[in-house]
Amino acid sequence: MYSEKVMDHFMNPRNQGEIEDPDGVGEVGNPKCGDIMKIFLRVRDDRVEDVKFQTFGCGAAVATSSMATELVKGKTLEEAWDLSNTVVAEALGGLPPVKMHCSVLAEEGIHKAINDYRVRHGLEPWDEKPGAPKAHSNETCEA
Amino acid sequence: MNRKRLVYLDHAATTPTAPGVVEAMLPYFSGRFGNPSSIYGIARESRLAVDHAREQVARAINGSPEEVYLTSGGTEADNWAIKGVAFADRKRGDHIITSSIEHHAVLHTCQYLEKQGFRVTYLSVDEFGRVDPADLENAMTDRTVLVSIMAANNEIGTLEPIAACGEICRDHGVRFHTDAVQAIGSVPVDVEALNVDLLSLSAHKFYGPKGVGALYVRKGVRLDNLLHGGAQERHRRAGTENVPGIVGMGVAIERACERREDYARRLTALRDRLYGGITERIEHVRLNGHPTERLPGNLNLSFRFIEGESTLLMLDHAGICASSGSACTSGSLDPSYVLLAIGLPHEIAHGSLRFTLGESNTDDDVDYVLETLPPIVERLRTMSPLYAEYRRSQDVQ
Ligand SMILES: Cc1ncc(COP(=O)(O)O)c(C=O)c1O
Ligand code: FES
Repeated sequence: MYSEKVMDHFMNPRNQGEIEDPDGVGEVGNPKCGDIMKIFLRVRDDRVEDVKFQTFGCGAAVATSSMATELVKGKTLEEAWDLSNTVVAEALGGLPPVKMHCSVLAEEGIHKAINDYRVRHGLEPWDEKPGAPKAHSNETCEA
Repeated sequence: MNRKRLVYLDHAATTPTAPGVVEAMLPYFSGRFGNPSSIYGIARESRLAVDHAREQVARAINGSPEEVYLTSGGTEADNWAIKGVAFADRKRGDHIITSSIEHHAVLHTCQYLEKQGFRVTYLSVDEFGRVDPADLENAMTDRTVLVSIMAANNEIGTLEPIAACGEICRDHGVRFHTDAVQAIGSVPVDVEALNVDLLSLSAHKFYGPKGVGALYVRKGVRLDNLLHGGAQERHRRAGTENVPGIVGMGVAIERACERREDYARRLTALRDRLYGGITERIEHVRLNGHPTERLPGNLNLSFRFIEGESTLLMLDHAGICASSGSACTSGSLDPSYVLLAIGLPHEIAHGSLRFTLGESNTDDDVDYVLETLPPIVERLRTMSPLYAEYRRSQDVQ
């Protein structure tokens, strides 16, 4: 069901773990839906110097956490913000359609961590693009 | 990790054919390919083979051959029993009672009938997944025409009080159907002792071929046809018989019933050793289903803080086949309705694994799982923000 790339990132996740005293943290998802993702950022000179994740979820959720953190590492916060879930999914060689929402989670997690950093520094949080996909539109998961 | 080992622990999903089953089927693909409905010699051979298999099925469940109708599997048998009785008895009533943990072949059929104007009561179950016969009694109305309660649940393995439910139905003059797909070959199934009027079974769950099953229909039970067409199955079920499949089912059910007691004893021992070993090695594990009233080969566990699909992927990588009630394996956002029905919170249901043991499993297999599973759970917990949170809360205390 999953591509080789997905399985590689699932079995050997990059950047898995925690950052002590991170500059920004974003936790998204809901245990009720079976997925939680937590992103930790270390920021230097407006760049993602280091990034780590913790994920409770399916193979796709773990693999997209791994790939998304790889892709934002070293990027400016603005570039990191612009990383979309479809780019992450493509970098993984594609995801099954039912698993696309898991990749949205990674995008949301990074956004939340960036905005956490911005708020901590007295900056305005950035807005989600209008019409941006949401991981959970289902009511059971808004709880 | 490059061991070429395969440990199949998903026998509730399907089983391999037993020795002798395929061999018995083979002649009916080519040499004895005749249509049982034709009149010449090779057709007669097919007819005799089908009749013999029917007798084997009847004997296995203590029914008579005239009460056994051959189908394309458990799904068709469930559909036929429920729609067949509902439509045949429509003038008498419009109410059906079932449980909330039935297989989709029953639940979705009942939901379809609700759209056709029937009323359906879905009995809730206790924390072990058991229907309370008193609830059945209370749900009976003078419009009730059919009760359908499964003999054994496919996810959590819980055995239902079928004989008691059957007795209540008999007292009320209501038809009683049981889906015994998971029960055959594992627990005694006797249509007389269980007071059942209709019973579904499926060959691929007891080491027979896929795509063939049977519906037992007690003499005198009125049943509309599901499939219309030719005169097969005494005008009750149209369509040229799956002769090789039926032959294979006959051999498999006879064999399964002969071996049932040994099989159950062996699987129970293996299963209990697996369960004991897992709880010794892994913390925060919960048994789902009934501690004793359960299928011998079924072990359904929830592992806190981790999600089922990712666990299955890692097990698969190590050559272990199991299944999970996590939403992530089904592509929906809700975990198994069976696990929710026994009261599990969503996040615990997401961390469920089902191991179903079978004939080929050995003590070695159990040892291999006991060696492989703990590091996998540990690894996924290390990755899990829920586990990190839990550990922080422990540190604080
Ligand atoms: C309890 C139960 N009922 C019905 C079925 C459906 O049987 P079949 O696969 O033969 O259609 C299954 C098998 O998945 C089952 O476990
Ligand atoms: S986390 Fe549930 S489907 Fe991906």
